[in-house]
Amino acid sequence: MANVTTLNVNGSTRAINADAQTSLLSVLRDQLDLTGSKYGCGEGQCGACTVLIDENPRHSCITPVGTVGNRRITTIEGLEVNGRLHPVQEAFLAEEAMQCAYCTSGMIMTAAALLRSNPRPTAEQVAQYMQGNICRCGTYPRIVAAVLRAAKEARA
Amino acid sequence: MSAEFSVTPQIEPERYELRAPSPYHFELRRRDFFRTLGAGLLVACVLKDAFALQESGGGRRPMGDELPREISAWLHIGENGGVTTYTGKVEIGQNIRTSLSQAVAEELRFPLARIEMVMGDTRLTPYDMGTFGSRTTPTMNLHLRQVAAAARDVLIDLAAKQWNADRSVLLARDGRITDPSTKRTIEYVELLRGQQLTELVPAEDPLEPPAEWTVEGKPVPKVDGRDFVTGKHKYPSDQVLPGMLHGKVLRPPSFGATLASVETPDLTALSGVTFVHDGNFVGVAGPSEETAIRALKSVRAEWRETPDEVSSKNVYDYLKENPAKVGGELGERSSDYELGAVDRALAAADHRIEQTYTVAYIAHAPLEPRAALAEWSGDSLTVWTGTQRPFGVRSELARTFNLPEENVHVLMPDMGSAYGGKHTGESAIEAARLARAANRPVRVVWTREEEFTWAYFRPAGAMEIKGGVQNDGSIVAWEFHNYNSGGSGIRTFYEIPNQRILFHPTEYPLRQGSYRALAATANHFARESFMDELAHEVKMDPLAFRLKNLKNERLRAVFEAAGAKFDWSRPKQPGHGFGIGGGFEKGGNVATCAEVTVDQASGEVHVVRVVTAFECGAIVNPDNLRNQIEGGNIMGLGGALFEAIQFENGKILNPLFSRYRVPRFSDIPVFETVLIDRKDIPSAGAGESPLMGVAPAIGNAIFDAKGVRLRSMPMVPEQLNVA
Repeated sequence: MANVTTLNVNGSTRAINADAQTSLLSVLRDQLDLTGSKYGCGEGQCGACTVLIDENPRHSCITPVGTVGNRRITTIEGLEVNGRLHPVQEAFLAEEAMQCAYCTSGMIMTAAALLRSNPRPTAEQVAQYMQGNICRCGTYPRIVAAVLRAAKEARA
Repeated sequence: MSAEFSVTPQIEPERYELRAPSPYHFELRRRDFFRTLGAGLLVACVLKDAFALQESGGGRRPMGDELPREISAWLHIGENGGVTTYTGKVEIGQNIRTSLSQAVAEELRFPLARIEMVMGDTRLTPYDMGTFGSRTTPTMNLHLRQVAAAARDVLIDLAAKQWNADRSVLLARDGRITDPSTKRTIEYVELLRGQQLTELVPAEDPLEPPAEWTVEGKPVPKVDGRDFVTGKHKYPSDQVLPGMLHGKVLRPPSFGATLASVETPDLTALSGVTFVHDGNFVGVAGPSEETAIRALKSVRAEWRETPDEVSSKNVYDYLKENPAKVGGELGERSSDYELGAVDRALAAADHRIEQTYTVAYIAHAPLEPRAALAEWSGDSLTVWTGTQRPFGVRSELARTFNLPEENVHVLMPDMGSAYGGKHTGESAIEAARLARAANRPVRVVWTREEEFTWAYFRPAGAMEIKGGVQNDGSIVAWEFHNYNSGGSGIRTFYEIPNQRILFHPTEYPLRQGSYRALAATANHFARESFMDELAHEVKMDPLAFRLKNLKNERLRAVFEAAGAKFDWSRPKQPGHGFGIGGGFEKGGNVATCAEVTVDQASGEVHVVRVVTAFECGAIVNPDNLRNQIEGGNIMGLGGALFEAIQFENGKILNPLFSRYRVPRFSDIPVFETVLIDRKDIPSAGAGESPLMGVAPAIGNAIFDAKGVRLRSMPMVPEQLNVA
C-alpha cells in the first residue's frame, strides 16, 4: 500500500509517514502532535475530530490520510493568527460556551466553516449546520449564541 | 462552623457505588507470560491480590494519616509571588478550577489570575475520596476559603511584627499588606522570605459573608478558557511520553464470557509489538495505534459464553422478581421510611390510585472515552488517567500490582467529562499491565464502542407508587417502592401524614454504578409524574396542587418562580402542552416548567421551551451556575426522551452514537433560567440536582398536550400509540 509522506497542515508542509488508509485524525494527533482534534466516536457521528480541508469541515476520524495528501488542512491549532484568536474562538470565550470543552475544537472548526459560507446565519441555520457535533455537557444554547456573536462581531 | 476538620471525606449515604466485578481479572494461580515480539524475549511474572479488581476502588485514606492541617499542604506562595493551591478534587467540566480559585482569591485577597490550582495529583495533593455527590462546593470551596483566610491572618501577623504595628489596622488587599496610617505596604511574598506557611488552619475563623463577597458570587470566566478554544489543553487521551506504545485490549464477545483458549499470534510482520495474556486479560501494545489494532485482529481466542435471558425488553420484570442476594451490602436500606398508618389511610382516602414507572439503563457517554498513560520505573508506577477518583484508582492499581500505595502516582489532567461514569480505573490497569510487559510507557484509549459496552451504566429501575388523596386536594397516604434504581431522592418533600418508602436492592443484569444525580432522576420522574396524576384525579391545577401540599419555603420559592417566569396560567396554542416537575436533593432546589408539542403523525415530541428555577444557597459563580443548569436540563432531556441501552444475551445492541441517540442542536428548546441567590444559606453544589425536574415536566406536558400518560423513560413515540 502506498505511503503518504507529506501533509499540508496549517500553512506548512509537514513530513509524515503513514499508510494511505490511516485516518487523518491519528496522523495529526500521533505524528504531528496536533492533539486539539479529538477522538470521540470513530464513525463521523460526533464532530470532535472536525478539521477544515480546503475550507470545508470534515470528520478527520473517517478521512483516510491518502485522500488529502495535496489538500490544505486547517486544525484548531492553525486558527489563531499571530497570537490573535479567530472571532469564533473569541466568541466561545465571551459566551463561556464550554464546560469540559472536549467538543470545543470541533465546534469551533465547524462554526468557522459555517461563517465562511454564510456570514449571517440565523439561530436555526447554526443549529442545522452544526447538527453533526455533539456536546455531551449540553452547552448547545451557548454555542449557538457564540456563533451568532462571532458573526455579528465579524460584521462590526 | 464545626470544630471537626471540615474536609474529612464522607460518603454520601445514598451513593450508588459500583460493586460489580471488573469485566476481566488477572488470575492468581496461572503463570502468565509476556512476550516481547521482535526481541523474542519471554518474561514470567506472577501477580498477587488480583481479585481486588472486583471492587471499584475503595480509595482508602492511608491508615492513621489525618488530613494535613498545615496551611502549606493546601496553599503555597511561590518565590515568583504566585499562589499555588492543592486539592484532590478534579476538573471534569463542572468548572471548579475556576470556582475554587475564586474561593482562594476571595479570602487570601489575592489576584485570581495569579492563582494556580494543582488538582487530583496523588503525590502533590492531600487525599480526597473523589469528585462526586456535588460535594466540591459545600466542602472543598469552604475548606479552601478557611485555608486562605488562615494564610491571610498569618501574613497580617508577620507584617504587624515586622512593622511593630497594631495588626487590627492592617489591610490585606491584592496580594499585599498595607498600613493605612503609614502608607507602608509589602507583598505577601516579601513577608515570607522563602518560607512556607506551616501554621495550622484554625477550626474556627470567621469568613467573609456572601453578602460581602467581591470575587466569589461573580461571573468569573473559566480561568484557562484560552487553552481550550485553541486546542492546547492536554486531556488524558492527549498525554504522550517518549517511546510510548499504544495499547489495545481483546474484549469478550459478551458479558460474563471467559477465555477458553488463546493462541500466541505470529506477529513477525509487525515489529515492536508486545502481546500479553494474563488470566482473562489479552492485550497488545504497539508503536502506533494502527499497528496495535492489526496485532489485536490477529489474535485468535475462544470464549466460553454464558447465556443470559435478561434483556432490555424484560429487565423490569427481572428486577422486581429478583431481590438482591446480598441486600445489606449497599447500606441503602437507610432510605426506608415509615410514617403514620399508610394502609388505613389509603383505604379511607376519597381517591386512590397506583402506578408503575420505569427508567431504562443509560450510558454516561462522556465525549472523551476512558484513557490512561502508564509508565513504570522499577516497582514504581505513574499513571495519567481520566477519573473522578484519582486516589481510588491509586488503590486499585496498588492492589492489582501488589504495590504499596506510595509506589503509585496517579495524575488527573482535566478531562473530557464523566457525569459519574468514571469512578473506576479500568484503562489505568490495562495500560499499566501492558506497560509492565512492554517495559515502555503504554497509552490505552478506549474506543467509543468499548466505552458504551465496558464502562458501567446508570441502573434501570421500576418505581411503584400508591397514593390516597382527598377531594380537597390534600394527599393523605403515600407508598413508594424503588427497585434497583437507587435510594437517592426517594423521600417525598410533600406534607403527607402517612408514608411508606422503600428501596429494594435487586439482582441486576448489567454493570451499574453512579450517574449524575443518581437515582434522584428516576425517583423524581416517578414522584412528580404521579403528583400530576393525583392532581388530575381531583381536577386541580398541577402547580396549585403541589403548592397545596408543600410547606418547605425553599421548594415553594422555586416552584413559584418557575411558574411565574413560564407564565403557567397563560392560554396554550392548539397541540401544545405544559408540564411542571421539581424537587430537592444535595442542597439544590429545582423546579422546571416545560412546553411541548407532539407531532401528530410520528409522535415525536418537541420540547419548545424550558424554564428552570434553581436555588442552592449563596451563588458562587452565577454564569457557571446557569451553564450547569442548562447542561443538566439538556442531559436530563436525553434520558427523558431518547436515551436507552438496548441489550440482549450479554451484548449491547447500540454501542455507537449512530445507534444511541443523545441530545443534539435540533433537540434544544428555548431555555430560561431563574437563579435564586440565598446569601444566608451555605453554598451547595449544582452539577447534579438541576437534572431532576425536566423529565417529569416533559412527561406531564405530553399528557397535557395529548392526554396520554407516559410512565417509562425514555418516553418514546411508540408509547404514544401514534398511527
